[in-house]
Amino acid sequence: MKRTLKAEETFFRVLMNLTTAFILIILGIIIYSVFEKGMKAMSWEMLTSVPSGGYYYGKGGGILNAIVGSLVLAFGATILAFLIGLPVALYMNVFLVRRKRLVNLIRFILDLIWGVPSIVYGAFGFTLMVLVGLQTSLLAGIITVTLFILPIMIRSMDEILRTVPMGLSEATYSLGSNKSELAFKIFTRQSVSGIITAVLLSFGRAIGDAASVLFTAGYTDNLPNSLMEPVATLPLSIFFQLASPVPEVQARAYASALVLTVIILIVSLFSRGLGKRYHKTKINF
Amino acid sequence: MYLLNRHQRHVVNYSWMLFSLLIIAFLPFMLFGGLYFKSFLLLKTHTLKDLVFSHSWHPSRGEFGFYPFIVGSVWVTLLAIFISTPICLLTAINVTQYAKKRFLRIMHPVIDILAGIPSVVYGVWGILVIVPFISRYLGPWFGVQTMGYSILAGAFVLSIMIIPFILNIMIEIFRAIPTELKEATLSLGTTKWQMVKHVLLRKALPGIIASVGFGLARAFGETMAVLMVVGNVIKVPHSVFDPGYTLPALIANNYGEVLSIPQYDSALMFAALILLAVSLFFNLLMHFFIARYNKY
Repeated sequence: MKRTLKAEETFFRVLMNLTTAFILIILGIIIYSVFEKGMKAMSWEMLTSVPSGGYYYGKGGGILNAIVGSLVLAFGATILAFLIGLPVALYMNVFLVRRKRLVNLIRFILDLIWGVPSIVYGAFGFTLMVLVGLQTSLLAGIITVTLFILPIMIRSMDEILRTVPMGLSEATYSLGSNKSELAFKIFTRQSVSGIITAVLLSFGRAIGDAASVLFTAGYTDNLPNSLMEPVATLPLSIFFQLASPVPEVQARAYASALVLTVIILIVSLFSRGLGKRYHKTKINF
Repeated sequence: MYLLNRHQRHVVNYSWMLFSLLIIAFLPFMLFGGLYFKSFLLLKTHTLKDLVFSHSWHPSRGEFGFYPFIVGSVWVTLLAIFISTPICLLTAINVTQYAKKRFLRIMHPVIDILAGIPSVVYGVWGILVIVPFISRYLGPWFGVQTMGYSILAGAFVLSIMIIPFILNIMIEIFRAIPTELKEATLSLGTTKWQMVKHVLLRKALPGIIASVGFGLARAFGETMAVLMVVGNVIKVPHSVFDPGYTLPALIANNYGEVLSIPQYDSALMFAALILLAVSLFFNLLMHFFIARYNKY
């Protein structure tokens, strides 16, 4: 009896260590294979020039259009989502703080729309575009991606704002402030680090998602110069280059994947670093 | 100093907040309403039963049978869940119960990075590693000729993609179990594994089921990574080595060419509506499941 018990525990402990190692190894393999394949086709020209004629048959050029396009699109969407998201998160935690059921209902709705697949946002964004007579453009892409990252941003800000202690609100009220001053002057400052993390998380989502911009942002070989024109994005450029039968173009897709991965890793690194740095402004109770 | 006085600023800020909140509150209804409105054209001429159970997909002839796509999606999703659930469960137990505290601090960035990698990069990785692995080793090992682009490849890639999502929830669940419960059990003279098996797992069961449900909803709508490795052949798959086609891939692949046939456009919107409905249904179900269970 005792020996089978011991054997069972040992068996499962080995299995657990194997699965844990599996996850770590998989991450290693993903990063390694993307770097290994990507570095081969990586060149300065890839990063600094737009596709020239015949790029998709293996001739010269680069993916600057997609890099700049993705950054512009993700910045635009993140700023727009921030302008809508921060007020909602503040409203939930300052104005509705005593109405627990209503706040929980809003959280519930946000969780629901967080789970909606990005391709559905893409389809919806396209419907919206047709409705208002918009072509595939940077603007349409920004609006669609904004809708897609809004729930992510609000929920992660909300998780930070709800930890602000009651005592801080009471102290602020006692000095004669009103609710919106409490929200924008005290709550935001107390939660700076969390808000930055939420923004960077959303930025990472915005730059990496392909399905939502597939029909809305379009694709172009030029650098973005107007809100009303199509814009290239990195995920789509990877996708299109991979579909090519020419091996050189496929190799460039791997290099583009490397660029995207590096951007994501940098964003994730920043969110850890910045989060720690702004802890200083926080009042500890 | 300021353009407006305190009260006016309060009014401006307040209306801005309320306006933003209204956008969010109406978003799910707008999503559902918009997609339903667009797929109405298709639903007018075809019955729901026809659409879901018919095999024939010939948009030019006006035949829209979603059965191959639905079956493809269900296979890929269920397989992915079967692969990743045990891995996540064992890892979550290991990280929270057995491993040192320090290890959790390594695990968190790993989960963050896995969750942050864009789905297109997962697709590239699938093409580089998983597809050749299946066509060269796994297929021949089972005596099957395969290109590698198959339901199984989609499921593999998808299972890796949802690991961070499910694992994160499971770790939170195991951490939320009170230490007193564990100590009380151990004080009865059980081994650690007995404690895990008979007490922790039972206590965490509803949470585990919910995390798998959320993972399922997430996996069902995943587009790009699956699209890149699943093969995209419109046929009901008979084995996991067959190529398949999923609902999100259907939308993503065909969007450019549909505008000439209004019913085709409507059909793709119907596919998006199915995805939305499945995602909302599973998320709702799991939320109510947790809410109900938490009462006891």
